[in-house]
Amino acid sequence: MYKIQHMTLLENKSADIPAPRVITTKPRVSDKIFRGVVTSFGMSALLILTLIGIFLAYRGVQTFHSQGWSFLTSYNWDKTVDENGNSVSSFGVGAMLIGTVLISIVALIVGVPLSIAMALFLTFYAPARLKTILVSVVDLMAAFPSVLFGLWGFFVLMPMANYWAKLIYKYLHWIPIFDAPEPFFERSPFIAGLVLAIMIIPIVTSVSREVFAQTPLDRIQAAYALGATKWGVIKAVVFPFGSSGVVGGAMLGLGRAFGETVAVYTVLNIVFAPNWHVLFGAGGNIASLIILKWGEASGDETTALLAAGFILFVMTLLVNMFANFIVRQTLKSGK
Amino acid sequence: MTTIQVKPQRPWKATPRDMGTTAGVILLSALASLLLVLGTGLKGKIGFMVCFILISTILQVVVGVRKFGRKALGDNIASSLIYVGAAIVFLPVFSILYMAVTKGAAGLHPSLFTETMFNASFLDPIDKGGLLHSLVGTLYLISIAMIISVPMGILTALYLTEIRGPGAGFIQFIVQAMSGVPSVVAGLFIFTSVILISPLKASGAAGALALAILMIPTVTRTSQEVLLLVPHDLREAGLALGATQWKTVATIVVPAARNGLITATILGVARIAGETAPLIFTIGGADKLNLNPFKDYQSALPFYVWKGLVLGTPESLQRAWTGILVLLVLVLSLFIAARTLGGKKMGK
Repeated sequence: MYKIQHMTLLENKSADIPAPRVITTKPRVSDKIFRGVVTSFGMSALLILTLIGIFLAYRGVQTFHSQGWSFLTSYNWDKTVDENGNSVSSFGVGAMLIGTVLISIVALIVGVPLSIAMALFLTFYAPARLKTILVSVVDLMAAFPSVLFGLWGFFVLMPMANYWAKLIYKYLHWIPIFDAPEPFFERSPFIAGLVLAIMIIPIVTSVSREVFAQTPLDRIQAAYALGATKWGVIKAVVFPFGSSGVVGGAMLGLGRAFGETVAVYTVLNIVFAPNWHVLFGAGGNIASLIILKWGEASGDETTALLAAGFILFVMTLLVNMFANFIVRQTLKSGK
Repeated sequence: MTTIQVKPQRPWKATPRDMGTTAGVILLSALASLLLVLGTGLKGKIGFMVCFILISTILQVVVGVRKFGRKALGDNIASSLIYVGAAIVFLPVFSILYMAVTKGAAGLHPSLFTETMFNASFLDPIDKGGLLHSLVGTLYLISIAMIISVPMGILTALYLTEIRGPGAGFIQFIVQAMSGVPSVVAGLFIFTSVILISPLKASGAAGALALAILMIPTVTRTSQEVLLLVPHDLREAGLALGATQWKTVATIVVPAARNGLITATILGVARIAGETAPLIFTIGGADKLNLNPFKDYQSALPFYVWKGLVLGTPESLQRAWTGILVLLVLVLSLFIAARTLGGKKMGK
């Protein structure tokens, strides 16, 4: 009954049946606009990074021109003018480069083992409820203002670290790196490195945790089934799988350590001379140099600081890209 | 007929006896280290901590080896070290929070939030003047940085998750590289590209531009994670009903991820609220209230703290600690808001 009625209805209105819809994969106008807008915004990150490089290089090129390679290798930072009023300044970030690397190495040596322990604890040891709280605490640490780390490092850590530095100097000064020209341990690269170590712990921990959590479960269970202890599993399965990811995380931390400014400036005694002695209170850091000299800088000194900023940018960019590449490879291999 | 009820067994759970042994180990090592600290040259809390860690590790290992044999030696040492390492990480966190609260609270006074530094100097006692101008400046900075970076970040995330064009892998790589740009470089960039050549001079807006550069990668990465969590079925259902991609994204995907996107924004704000270095080049730093972010110098909480820190007198340091406490409370509440929102189920 229903069927017949339906058919007659159709027959009566045969002229109104629309032509079959054209089936196409061509995007509509709205989609074209949407895709265009989103794609152009997607490219914005690339644009910004390129612009940063271009602008800093453009402003700094004068310094690279006048100072040449000595900008990277010399230890002087003198703004001088000769009797005719021409600038004969000599700027070099050699000491700052050495200091940056030295501080970052201290930060890695202290921070990375602690981060690995933390990541292992969170992934394999902590009970589920404790884990969520502790993960939040570690993330919170990443959100602390860097000026707070500086204040805390200066007033709380420094007195303690001075004492540790004296102990290390007393018993280990026969190792060249722990030696010091004179027993002056305040505001040393060692203390700056300790502050940085605390600052890089969140990023290294979260990358390591992510990598450890990607360890194939079947391999872990196989190891347990063979009678391995927890440490046995970590040693035989987790570390071989995740070690390169941890290296990548450590390098991301290194990138952060290179670029940290305010906290290092607060706890470090910036001296324009090369110093390899970690415990001795004289060091350098490119980022701190920039804010140290910015206030009274003008003319070619400003240009030199911008050139130093360009070098810092290139250094961190290279380290970061390499680190991200390693981490991505590790995470991919787990899938 | 009798039914047998099988009780779940957990043989790996600690028995009362195990717990007793652990308590004994902790007590014994605490006592032994106390005696060592009192009786020998080792002094202070740190000496106690070192002794305690050493003695408890050794005792724990001995107990473990007696119970499980020599195979457990490595396992016991490793787990001891991991516990100690994790504990060491938390010491500075609590120390930092404790210092900020105790030192900062000493400088709290009623007019702190109603007065500026216009008629006071950083060298004056803390009860003169206040940080209203910095608080307002920080709110301006956050708002402007948000207006710029939230659309950019979310649209970039949409490009990475919805369009997945040929360059998506590369853009992902670039965004990650951008998240490592040092804050001081972001400040220098805005100085060279905006303050030097455009009519916009050192001001709140210039500072916000520098902060936006630091905020974009954070917003992008968190939004991307959230958008990836939206079930693929929802997108397919939208397309199957004949919606265009634009309609699907705008009416299904983004609303489903709304809470997550708000979390991404809040985390981005928490990331930049405490940044000091870029502001040194871009914001100028004023002592009076300035409500126009496009003209004249402005102040911000991190800048206020920085100023107090650099001057280095007891009064100015007190101001720095108080400023950092206000800043920390701001960051903490943002962080907690992000956690509460992010903890909710997707799409609710």
